[in-house]
Amino acid sequence: MLIRKAPDVRYSEVTPKSFYVRRREFIAAAAAAAVGAAAAFSPAGTGRARAQGARAKLPNVRKGPFGTDEKLNSFADISGYNNYYEFGADKDDPARNAHRLVTRPWTIRVDGLVKSPASYDIDSFIKPHPLEERIYRLRCVEAWSMVIPWVGFPLADVIKRLDPLPSARFVEFTTLNDAKQMPGVRVPVLDWPYVEGLRIDEAMHPLAILAVGLYGEVLPNQNGSPIRLVVPWKYGFKSIKSIVRIRFTDQQPRTAWNVANAREYGFYSNVNPTVDHPRWSQATERRLGEFFRRKTLMFNGYGDQVASLYSGMDLRKYY
Amino acid sequence: MTRFAVFRRVVFAAALTPAAALVYWTFTGDFTANPIDFITDTTGTTALTLLVFTLTVTPLRRVTGRNELIRLRRMLGLFAFFYACLHMLTWVVLDWFFDVASMAADVVDRPFITLGMTTFLLLVPLALTSTAGMIRRLGRRWQQLHRLVYVAGVTAVIHSWWVVKADFRQPRLWALALCVLFGFRAWWALQSRSGSTRTRPAFQNS
Repeated sequence: MLIRKAPDVRYSEVTPKSFYVRRREFIAAAAAAAVGAAAAFSPAGTGRARAQGARAKLPNVRKGPFGTDEKLNSFADISGYNNYYEFGADKDDPARNAHRLVTRPWTIRVDGLVKSPASYDIDSFIKPHPLEERIYRLRCVEAWSMVIPWVGFPLADVIKRLDPLPSARFVEFTTLNDAKQMPGVRVPVLDWPYVEGLRIDEAMHPLAILAVGLYGEVLPNQNGSPIRLVVPWKYGFKSIKSIVRIRFTDQQPRTAWNVANAREYGFYSNVNPTVDHPRWSQATERRLGEFFRRKTLMFNGYGDQVASLYSGMDLRKYY
Repeated sequence: MTRFAVFRRVVFAAALTPAAALVYWTFTGDFTANPIDFITDTTGTTALTLLVFTLTVTPLRRVTGRNELIRLRRMLGLFAFFYACLHMLTWVVLDWFFDVASMAADVVDRPFITLGMTTFLLLVPLALTSTAGMIRRLGRRWQQLHRLVYVAGVTAVIHSWWVVKADFRQPRLWALALCVLFGFRAWWALQSRSGSTRTRPAFQNS
């Protein structure tokens, strides 16, 4: 296994560890102090404040395709209300707890049916890819939705670069599983680590991206920093966060929610208003910020782009 | 004012706190990104908590021997019903905005909503017959009618269980609480059947 690291930072320029460790403590303390009292009585306040801790602009982000002119959800809503069970099962837990996640240094292991299995440093993994903004709808399986301006690059470009073998039919992703940084994994809510997967042709679709940013800035930890998947035509839980491993395989991956409850969460999990979750309807959704429910669209409104991936498939069976 | 009267007022104020907090958050506007979900969750959890507290009064009274505790039971029960009404209103007005067809479909198709509705409907006659006049008028039948609260406790806990996606710690806790409370009652019922001539004082007054 070799580490491919672009040698574009001289060692003398590297900030000594003691500095940035203290800096992190300082930021946490400052954020806590600044917000403490004001947030004491607000259900989301703490999370929102923390979410706005260290925000760094991403350079050279160009506009990407597949946009929408729908109203964007605010940075506070996107970063303060989401599911990331590794940091707790409540919607404000990720924003409250994700400051513990250390996203640099970060290594992504690429293995399985691939020409040259290797481990990549996160920055050299991202570096070959120009960043673009993709404004996508996100539909959670719990029947709420948002519009989110991600920053990332096509997953297809990454896969081409990684060069999987022709026998690879699926790609599997794994999230970090570290109880020291992620208090949620001490509770066996899911069979950790979180695993997700796509068929290769789904993964090669131009809509599928790996995201590293939000609103033109570095992705907040609670949204899956340093790198996450975004597949906008599938329910949100397919878009796995904080990826540490990408594995190419000829077997359908055993994905985390499917293992937890196969009847409720299928491998495909395409947004589909005609196939209900066993316990609730998927026909409508609440766009956060709107009062009235709106109709859920087939493939989350991306049917023109992705429906052909599933032609001939019974989507009631392959939900 | 006796010490118990003070205690009773403290319990009253505590039971009102979640509603007060919701009103406060309405004015501060900071209600999480999904206010309707948050209000549904807060009112539902509070209703369930108070329902379990209501069921705790009689066992607690027998274990501690403090008979005055019985005077908390109706208040807690009515507060549980109050939050169940808010929970229901949130669903009707905020979640569906009087979309009767969708709501009816939900009650029929979604077992957890069916159970939620069942719980609410079970609580209605209990709340309506909670007045002193009704207790007098119904006599022994009042006792029988109010045993429905046990059924409501069970349906409420299952309702809360079926809402959850994967983290069952909280509903498990409620289920355990119900088992313990019902266990006490079953044990006492068995004891009084096996020879004890003493009638159950817990059910004599209210």
